[in-house]
Amino acid sequence: MEVTTKSMPYEDWKDNEYIESLVSELKASGTNVIVGSLDKLINWGRSNSLWPLTFATSCCGIEFIALGAARYDMARFGWEVARSSPRQADFMMVAGTIVHRMAPAVRRLYDQLAEPKYVIACGGCAVSGGPFKNSYHVLKGVGEILPVDVYCPGCPPRPEAMIYAIMQLSRKVKIEKFFGGVNRKESRKEFLKNHPVSETTN
Amino acid sequence: MANIQETIAGQFPEVEFAQGETLELNVPDAKWHDLAASLKEAFGFDNLRALIGMDWGEQLGIVCYLVNSKTYEMIRVKVLADNREEPFLHSVTDLFAVAGIYEREVFDFYGIKFIGNPDMRHLFLRNDWVGYPFRKDYDTNPELNPVRLNHEETQDTTVEYVEGPDGKIHTVEHAIFAPDDFVVNIGPQHPATHGVLRLRTAVEGETIKKIDLYLGYIHRGIEKLCEGLTYPQTIHFTDRLDYLGALMNSHCLCMCIEKAMQLEVPRRAQVIRCIMDELMRLNSHLLAMGTFCMDLGATTMLFYALRERETILDILEKTTGARMTFNYNCIGGVRQDIAEDFVSDVKKLLEIMPKAIKEYNKVFTGNIIAKNRMEGVGVLSPEAAVDYNVTGPAARSAGWNYDVRRAQPYGIYPELQFDVVTRTEGDSMARFKARITEMEQSCRIIAQLIDNIPDGEICAKVPKVIKLPEGHWFQEVETGKGAFGCYIESTGTTSPWRMKFNSPCFCLAGVVDHLTRGQKIADLITIGGTLDYIVPDIDR
Amino acid sequence: MQDLSFVTRWIDNLFRVVLGCPEWLTVTLECVLLGVVLLLVYAVLALFYIWFERKVCAAFQCRLGPNRVGPFGVLQPFADMFKMLIKELISLNHTDKFLFALAPFLVIVASMLAFAVLPWGNGLQAIDFNIGIFFLLAVSSIGVLGILLAGWSSNNKFTLIGALRSGAQMVSYEISISLSVITMVVLCGSMSVRDIVMAQDHCWFIFSGHIPAIIAFLVYIIAGTAETNRGPFDLPEAESELTAGYHTEYSGMHFGFFYLAEYLNLFIVGGVAALLFFGGWMPFHIPGWDAFNQVMNYIPSVIWFLAKAILITFIMIWFKWTFPRLRIDQLLSFEWKYLMPISLVNLVLMTLVVVFGLTF
Repeated sequence: MEVTTKSMPYEDWKDNEYIESLVSELKASGTNVIVGSLDKLINWGRSNSLWPLTFATSCCGIEFIALGAARYDMARFGWEVARSSPRQADFMMVAGTIVHRMAPAVRRLYDQLAEPKYVIACGGCAVSGGPFKNSYHVLKGVGEILPVDVYCPGCPPRPEAMIYAIMQLSRKVKIEKFFGGVNRKESRKEFLKNHPVSETTN
Repeated sequence: MANIQETIAGQFPEVEFAQGETLELNVPDAKWHDLAASLKEAFGFDNLRALIGMDWGEQLGIVCYLVNSKTYEMIRVKVLADNREEPFLHSVTDLFAVAGIYEREVFDFYGIKFIGNPDMRHLFLRNDWVGYPFRKDYDTNPELNPVRLNHEETQDTTVEYVEGPDGKIHTVEHAIFAPDDFVVNIGPQHPATHGVLRLRTAVEGETIKKIDLYLGYIHRGIEKLCEGLTYPQTIHFTDRLDYLGALMNSHCLCMCIEKAMQLEVPRRAQVIRCIMDELMRLNSHLLAMGTFCMDLGATTMLFYALRERETILDILEKTTGARMTFNYNCIGGVRQDIAEDFVSDVKKLLEIMPKAIKEYNKVFTGNIIAKNRMEGVGVLSPEAAVDYNVTGPAARSAGWNYDVRRAQPYGIYPELQFDVVTRTEGDSMARFKARITEMEQSCRIIAQLIDNIPDGEICAKVPKVIKLPEGHWFQEVETGKGAFGCYIESTGTTSPWRMKFNSPCFCLAGVVDHLTRGQKIADLITIGGTLDYIVPDIDR
Repeated sequence: MQDLSFVTRWIDNLFRVVLGCPEWLTVTLECVLLGVVLLLVYAVLALFYIWFERKVCAAFQCRLGPNRVGPFGVLQPFADMFKMLIKELISLNHTDKFLFALAPFLVIVASMLAFAVLPWGNGLQAIDFNIGIFFLLAVSSIGVLGILLAGWSSNNKFTLIGALRSGAQMVSYEISISLSVITMVVLCGSMSVRDIVMAQDHCWFIFSGHIPAIIAFLVYIIAGTAETNRGPFDLPEAESELTAGYHTEYSGMHFGFFYLAEYLNLFIVGGVAALLFFGGWMPFHIPGWDAFNQVMNYIPSVIWFLAKAILITFIMIWFKWTFPRLRIDQLLSFEWKYLMPISLVNLVLMTLVVVFGLTF
């Protein structure tokens, strides 16, 4: 199965092996016809309607604005409905450095997102800490506190790179299962179990 | 200056003098407050430009730069704390309003407690942070300060250290809000805050009573990181402070290092830097205007502003290879020569801009709703601008005619013709209009230079290993937001002992509470938008 | 001017005569059928508006707008709806769960009820009350209850401020809306929707009522924009101030209801404006030009109505993407100090015009 999106040839994607491994994982569990086609319909809806959360901490956020503007126009793909309330967004683009003080807030935002929810680590800082890796106050990548679906490197990534990242996410959403065993839900649960939010204050 | 020295020496025999870039005063803590008061009253040094915490290894202390708001003279004062365990200094909050948050910053990073500052809470770091990260003996063990996912406790009281008549220091607690205040928490993730800033806002109906400011949600410790890097390695960080003033910030740092090295920058590089600065200012003002209009609900204006911004970014990208973090200035000049069609592209831009500005005015500025939203909202008086150390378009629109390009001229600005855009209203409309007029002035500057880029080297000859002599330097430039300062203290090695970026946005954030009192919640958006602070620049 | 009531008569006939159903069953079946049809129209219109607004806004902002999902992106709202239908419904702690869940239904029911009396076409109207236009005003004001409830029951300060703003705004602007509606009722002399349409046979009210009708139209369109909580009056959900306003805490289809209701209210305001000022489904007639009138009559009445409503809503979308937002005090003083006095004076003016027979 070649998972791709409109006007993007399969060969042009960079990491088809990863998607193919997901596909084979998906196929291994098997599915019946009715559920399978319902899944297809749902995935069509989900993958074509990814609403971002307006969330940005630094420079990457400005590029995210540029992504919405006329030159790059993410509205073409239906991503322009940026919701300010996490309850209504589908994915959060962690655009910018995440520091110690911000970490609980980011995690809370993630917890407030309604299922299904996805995370894109956008920019060097969110991927690994970037140029501030050695700082006493910077997380070495948002992967320390959130289960990340797509990493998008760059400092800041060009809007084209961001488009590519969200397209990758959309492709990943396409091979999910709504009914029955969802492959990525399990790994995410484990991740969240290993990174608990301690219930001490507030 | 000599006059000041004589008078001060008469009044305060303890003060030691030195002459560096400016007159330098060295005062013991006990006399610091009195000295500041007399500098302010008698000599007009009423603007506290920078208050820099320092750790000299043995001793902690602060370095202050004071500016006379009329004559633009600058003076440096150094105050030392007496011990490392329980360092106390006297606060000057009552003389300079901006000292309030400057001193909180120093307390956060160095643990110096200020006697008389009514608010000695953490500003950037979590309440439960262990240690003072900017001290040279800070324990960087990540286990002391792990990534905590629990929310820190929000304090409802502040601590003030008060010196009793017997010289003993005791603490007094102040409540931040009245017990029956309706407190709305705005941020750290909120569309109004232009990034991650947290404002706890006490409201009465829709009217704002008080705002309590929380910073540090993107504090990356850049200044501390710089201490471990060589000078050329530090330059790229300046692009990531105020990313809309990237080129101006790195210009500032490069000039500061060049000043220390006594390096002559080739004329061609100077001109290129100047053009780039002005392009960057256009970029900054365009985005500020666009996002501000979006916050007011006129989303379409944002897209119009971004349309022109993309043109500027194209020009910059052709030469520097990046859209935002350029890393283009280097010590001694610039990194690459300008692109082949740089001149023609810029000329095209100069043709577009006047039309575009006309269009913005037509779409937004003249709109009756926009007028009602902005006129008379968040009025800043020139005295308050000086007091809160507000610089840039915000101060100039309030009537304080301060532009670093004229006050402390640098680069080739003294040769150029341009007006310092000054208005008198001080309200949001004035700030908005001042930005638009400044864009016109930037175009005027670029037009003077674009045909006269001289031939020659783009970078001076610089030794492979850059060592600065022992000493300290302070350099300022005018960015899109205000006066951006860069302070380097060197011990003669390849990396700085202390590098401080004195950001204009920090002071702009400090004045928000003053401007919003008694205004509506919606005005908070107007005021924040017209002040145009960039949060990563506040937090560094 | 073809009468579309033959469709309804044929269906009625089908049940009663061909299938031989008793009276009660016929009525029940017809009600169910009508409900399904209205809901379908409702959903399709809402999806159309979502697409339309996104395209229009993109055009204003020199962009392309959705164009990947389906031709010209027409399937984009369908994808959005599929996603929203299966998105998690978050229930909150420390809230009144019943009221929290009730609020979106109140909002959407209010806008659905209004559909019953809209003049869709010649003979296509769910019900023809003799107080039709009053019914419309009454049901559309239920919506504010839902919004207040949503904001209050979410137990969140932002939603509360949003809801109170919304309450103040909608209650105030309802006065202007009602006054301008009454102005037109004065001109027509009837409150029945069908009568209002038929009275515009020779000339639309906006022309026959001339000055007071135009003033009433302007007041109506401004107040209508405010009533639908759309820019420049979108304070209750002012993103930059209040995150997402009263529906901040709603997710999934609950939010979807608010989202749909917003667009449907837009359509209703447009539809009522079309009814009161532009003749509802009535084609454009010029007295004396019989051939022209005949040609106009060939265009189906449904298309006339939809076209008028969409054109008016296009203007309202235009507002939203042009103007900045008002502040709450300016918004309220605008209503109480300007719009309401103007519409009161206008009502008197209209009465005088009608009494002295100055209409066309």
